[in-house]
Amino acid sequence: MWSYEKKLEFPVNIKNPNPKYAGIIISQFGGPDGELGASMRYLTQRYSMPYSEVKAILTDIGTEELAHLEMVCAMVHQLTRKLSYEQIKESGFDKYFVDHTAAVYPVAAAGIPWRAEYIAAKGDILADLHEDLAAEQKARVTYDNLLRLIDDPDIREPLKFLRQREIVHYQRFGEALRLTADKLDSKNFYVCNPSFDKNCGK
Amino acid sequence: MSEKQLLKEKIHQYDFSIIEAELFLDTHPNCRRALAVLHEMKTERAALVKTYEAKYGDYIVRAADVNNQNRWVWVDSPWPWENSKECEV
Repeated sequence: MWSYEKKLEFPVNIKNPNPKYAGIIISQFGGPDGELGASMRYLTQRYSMPYSEVKAILTDIGTEELAHLEMVCAMVHQLTRKLSYEQIKESGFDKYFVDHTAAVYPVAAAGIPWRAEYIAAKGDILADLHEDLAAEQKARVTYDNLLRLIDDPDIREPLKFLRQREIVHYQRFGEALRLTADKLDSKNFYVCNPSFDKNCGK
Repeated sequence: MSEKQLLKEKIHQYDFSIIEAELFLDTHPNCRRALAVLHEMKTERAALVKTYEAKYGDYIVRAADVNNQNRWVWVDSPWPWENSKECEV
């Protein structure tokens, strides 16, 4: 189960609303490499993992991603407060506004709603951990791109924090992969699947 | 930023360090140094919460922290996605 804490992992206090920035930051909520997909990916993969350390890291990173999703939503929410019709029309936010007003709905920057195809749970520890390592790098690149486009320090600080977390998560998944490799050997590396085959590696 | 807000932020910083130590321990469960660091941070965080509560009353982060007998104040404290600079309590 989860219990809710009424706080953000890193503070988000944006002084100046900006619907254009909201429309690109929302990709880290509902886009292909966003935080919603990240949490669903890791929390979903846990069940078929054979090793306790990997179950632990997927649970704890998956949980932290829920906190990141909340930070990204807080940024979008604060950037879309008290908008004028002119701001909405001029910024291009009108295409989102017409369907969602100022609600926070999981879409990519180009308007495509979140899809389960963004995540994978293959039921094979090597396939899934490589998916997770790639996901962290793709999310880091997306934060890099947002930081290239956004100059407001109120927005950059939480984005820089989130970017840094992708790097730490990548490191932890790399360690999980190393722990996994230590438990496998040349006989079973690609021959059997420790997540499924009984006696794999025994 | 008020003294109350500063103290809250300090506690949040400890919360973050604890998350970070826990992630590290997931892949290094036998690392005694990391276990010692985690214990130290938990102790220091508990002391800060005590200071906060002595000055400002209950430190409410989870619903279970609510002790008020007259009103369910969980609904009153600000929501984290709202700009705290705009709605300081």
